[in-house]
Amino acid sequence: MSSENSGQILKINAENKEFKEKIQDLSGEKIDLCFQCGACSSGCPMVQEMDYLPSKIIRMSQLGLKEVLSSKTIWVCTTCFNCEVRCPRGIDIANVMEAIRQVVLRQKFDKVNIDMLTPEELRELPQIAIVSNLRKLTA
Amino acid sequence: MRLAYYPGCTLKTTAKSFDISTLESSKTLGIDLIEPERWNCCGTVHALSKDDVMHHLAPIRNLLRIEEMKKTGIVEESKVITVCAMCYNTLKRANLVFNSDSDKVKKINENMENESSVYNGSVQVEHLLETIKHQGWDNLRNKVKIPLKDLKVAPYYGCLLLRPRGLGIDNADKPSIMEDMIRALGAEPIDFAYKQKCCGSYHTVFMKERVADLSYKILNQAKIAGAEIIVTACPLCEFNLSHRQTEIIKNRSEFKEFPVIYFTQLIALALGLKEDSMVFGENKTDPRPLFKYKGFLKEI
Ligand code: SF4
Ligand code: SF4
Repeated sequence: MSSENSGQILKINAENKEFKEKIQDLSGEKIDLCFQCGACSSGCPMVQEMDYLPSKIIRMSQLGLKEVLSSKTIWVCTTCFNCEVRCPRGIDIANVMEAIRQVVLRQKFDKVNIDMLTPEELRELPQIAIVSNLRKLTA
Repeated sequence: MRLAYYPGCTLKTTAKSFDISTLESSKTLGIDLIEPERWNCCGTVHALSKDDVMHHLAPIRNLLRIEEMKKTGIVEESKVITVCAMCYNTLKRANLVFNSDSDKVKKINENMENESSVYNGSVQVEHLLETIKHQGWDNLRNKVKIPLKDLKVAPYYGCLLLRPRGLGIDNADKPSIMEDMIRALGAEPIDFAYKQKCCGSYHTVFMKERVADLSYKILNQAKIAGAEIIVTACPLCEFNLSHRQTEIIKNRSEFKEFPVIYFTQLIALALGLKEDSMVFGENKTDPRPLFKYKGFLKEI
């Protein structure tokens, strides 16, 4: 990048840069490839429950904005990989969601608690549902 | 053909019909599925973070069991057959990690010191639909005793049979394997807009209403397209699409119960197997009235 262009380049501070790198390392995704086409968001089954659209989570991650850590989106994502097959830039958005969740979960945070379920619900639910839910939403 | 079979946890509890119809119809198709003497939960989901090695141990341990079965001659090939979409995906992806990342192999092996042998990475993870496809659809067609004539079946793929791209059993954008199976059974596959759409998956635990809404959309699209029944290959999809109909009916009085069964139950029916091989009584949405109406099951 030549220096005369530097005025047009968005600079992010060290803290944001560090956070962005963490997300990239954990997810293994090159999030800078995203050009905000919105294809991921358009096919996402959970947008009605989300505060930020999946494409916005990717944009915020590009900028290293830690607000993603407190977003509802990361918890309601179903890891369905619909976004992954749609992304023209080859980004696996589900991996990014998991990376952000992991940053939170690794602070010994549990999003859900199995004690919240009634005995009837526990009896009815197949273990595949309970195990996968706790794998995604608890530390 | 003797092949190793990994049923997974849910097939031993709430989805016994999936397990039994898998074993019985495979046998009729000339595939003897043999369960490892011991196995453990695969973890149900693939650990997506790049530094997470611990969660690959569970699936890899199962693959090691399969390698041992091959070594002792219990099975003919270093291959494991699964039917649950989530087990399939988890075993397959862990295997892929194992075979592509030598650092992780080292860590995984270090943590499996209690095992008497080390995993070599030789196992091929296959879904039963692929096995049947490789046998040739004609093989299936020729074994059909009760052609499911005029039955309109919507194949529901959901997520993990097809995604992520390249890891599924068929083309992620335009799958046809279930349609081919349905045709071989003499039934008519119904194409519908939501066959690859997520049912809400594990959010069924704490977000029941949202999952009921997503399931409603899938069921409704299948109905509008003219389907009479849905087949699936995932015990979690089956649970959401059938059990969540209770919540759907609460919110939409016009909604009529819609049958959802496992693809192996449909195969068992067409192969003319005994009713205890299909275990239709376990399905929350009973398909028997439909099958009796169509003349595939005898009126009792
Ligand atoms: S993986 Fe998550 S973000 Fe992507 S489409 Fe599915 S629910 Fe939406
Ligand atoms: S589909 Fe890919 S490129 Fe498009 S907005 Fe989403 S992440 Fe960015």
